[in-house]
Amino acid sequence: MADYKEIITRYKDLPGGIIEAYHAIQKEQSYLPEEAIIAAAEVFEIPVKDAYGVATFYSMFSVKSRGKNVIRICESAPCHIAGAADVVAALEKELGIKMGETTPDGKFALEFTECVGQCQATPVITINGKPYGDITADKIPAILAEYK
Amino acid sequence: MANVTIDGIKVSVPDGSTILQAAQVAGVRVPTLCYHPDQAVKANCRVCVCEVEGQRLLQAACSQPVYDGMVVKTHSPKVVEARKTILELILAHHPQDCLSCIRNQNCELQALAEEYAIRENPFEKMVRGLPKDTSTPSIVRDPDKCVLCRRCVYACSVFQSVNALGLENRGNHAMVVPSLGKDLLDSPCVMCGQCIHACPVGAITENEQIDEFLAAVADPDKVVVTQIAPAIRVAIGEEVGMKTGEMPMEVFVAGLRQLGFDYVLHTNFTADLTILEEGNELLKRLKEGGKLPMFTSCSPGWINFCETFYPDLLDNLSTCKSPQQMFGALVKTYWAEKMGIDPAKIYSVSIMPCTAKKFEASRPEMKDSGFRDVDLVLTTREVGRLFRMAGIDFSKLAPSKFDSWMGAYTGAAVIFGATGGVMEAALRTVYEVVTGKTLEDLNFTFARGMEGIKEAEIDLDGTKVKVAIGHGLANARKLMDQVRAGQSPYHFIEIMACPGGCIGGGGQPLTKANVKRAERIDAIYVEDEGLPLRKSHENPEVKVLYEEFLHEPLGHKSHELLHTHYTPKNKKFL
Repeated sequence: MADYKEIITRYKDLPGGIIEAYHAIQKEQSYLPEEAIIAAAEVFEIPVKDAYGVATFYSMFSVKSRGKNVIRICESAPCHIAGAADVVAALEKELGIKMGETTPDGKFALEFTECVGQCQATPVITINGKPYGDITADKIPAILAEYK
Repeated sequence: MANVTIDGIKVSVPDGSTILQAAQVAGVRVPTLCYHPDQAVKANCRVCVCEVEGQRLLQAACSQPVYDGMVVKTHSPKVVEARKTILELILAHHPQDCLSCIRNQNCELQALAEEYAIRENPFEKMVRGLPKDTSTPSIVRDPDKCVLCRRCVYACSVFQSVNALGLENRGNHAMVVPSLGKDLLDSPCVMCGQCIHACPVGAITENEQIDEFLAAVADPDKVVVTQIAPAIRVAIGEEVGMKTGEMPMEVFVAGLRQLGFDYVLHTNFTADLTILEEGNELLKRLKEGGKLPMFTSCSPGWINFCETFYPDLLDNLSTCKSPQQMFGALVKTYWAEKMGIDPAKIYSVSIMPCTAKKFEASRPEMKDSGFRDVDLVLTTREVGRLFRMAGIDFSKLAPSKFDSWMGAYTGAAVIFGATGGVMEAALRTVYEVVTGKTLEDLNFTFARGMEGIKEAEIDLDGTKVKVAIGHGLANARKLMDQVRAGQSPYHFIEIMACPGGCIGGGGQPLTKANVKRAERIDAIYVEDEGLPLRKSHENPEVKVLYEEFLHEPLGHKSHELLHTHYTPKNKKFL
């Protein structure tokens, strides 16, 4: 298990540092375990309920265990029109899971996201924050192969 | 000052006042939901929106400051339409089960729906269907009913510094949840129930146990005995259409007999007893160099708080059980023997202003009589419901006296119900025990009133004792941090978990504002003044108890039945 306190303490003196600390933990772990939230409350000297409030407020953070590589599909209007539904279907078929689920080997998680600001290349997906534009069903196996 | 016109009424209000405050001055009532008179403004429900001349958008009256020359309309057609829509949107997320809700006819949302003639709701019903949280014996959460006003969160974190409740998620998915989204029992909750007073609807309530009481009364093999806590009488009238403090004690007793209690006794009796045990414990600690400051131990929410947040200071707590539990241990031993009743048949019900008392009675160590010492705890609100259920007309009820041997009490016990009361009662007795002189003025007025922390130095004929009183757990925390840092100047500290003391307890008639707590406190001191005996050591039945049964304060029997120990809660997160 990672030393959460050590990671979190690096951001202690930053304004709003708890958010950066959570990002850093998610980079290692892809979600925020309870122990990390408790550690953040201690480091930032706030009640656990508030550290938990921050962790659940932002959709970028997850407090539930999820796949190592988080794939997000934009469901905002431009991507929707450009065929996001087909991309969803293709990803679900390729990975054998539904949206919101994690693959049994713990490698991939599927989530929706709002607009990621890449509307010149709809439909868009992101994997661990990296955007991939003009996605079609046949491009998916190659993209996923990078992460397998 | 700013000159403001509210619905055509001209008023002059201090700069920085809100529209809501100006409307109050003008005598205009603006409806509110998330607003709470003792809390910071949240402005999240929008029910109080008003029209301000020259502004396109409606403004929330609770948060919008006035300016000189401001013209406000509080119920123009535009405002009424907006308020109706806001209420319809809230109601679309709210279960429509008012008939079976514990807050039926005592609900701020229901009252607003009635006021604004909400009939058909054009919005689709979207109730989440979440399960109730019944993890604690004291408090039940029904998250489906939550309107997200956050008044409970404020009460829990600011008044009580417990931080058990917080927000989860955002926007349409936002919810008020115990810390880390766990059950209340796993959170730092101390079960004080201040969240219940804060809640405008039925989302947080007491664990209602009326049916258990009715079953006990229906059982011919049970001898149902009750004890009434000191803070109940002044408040119970509020449940049956009387003013605060108006219910005469003996009429209250008569009412309880109507409910089917076989014997009516008084927690005030064990409050007086507590003073003798705790007063002597303090003197012993002072004399023998025991752990100081000593903290009072009557308030179970406070005990939970100490076990949760200050496990390192448990030795500072008086080992005295609370008056409820002293009563429980004695009623099935001393009293049963005196009355010739089989203790196995006694069903001991306490009437308490407190939700944490339900938890205290269920503690595994509270079985020193050989049985569960207190079988059932009913809050003031539950007894109010039972009175209404029984259709009792208190104006026609003939007064009735308490039953013998554990029903007598002094004014010192009565004031246990108010913050500072235990301290004042203890000082009345300790002074006379130490000095051997009669106290001329019984009124230790420094101990009274709603100020958060009160302190004094008392001269016991040369021995100087420094004392402090804190009520509301945020104030307790300040005193505790001082002790932890080794900087506490005090010998004796009284703590009550709830603001105002037990009269503001989590089981009392719903108390939206501290003004009501102050009113109840006044009624407590009126009762004390009117009693012939006002010092615990003068209680005639307590004297008999010591002569025949306990023999001496802190003696062998006392240790067996009246004293307890505390255990760190070891909560995983705070």
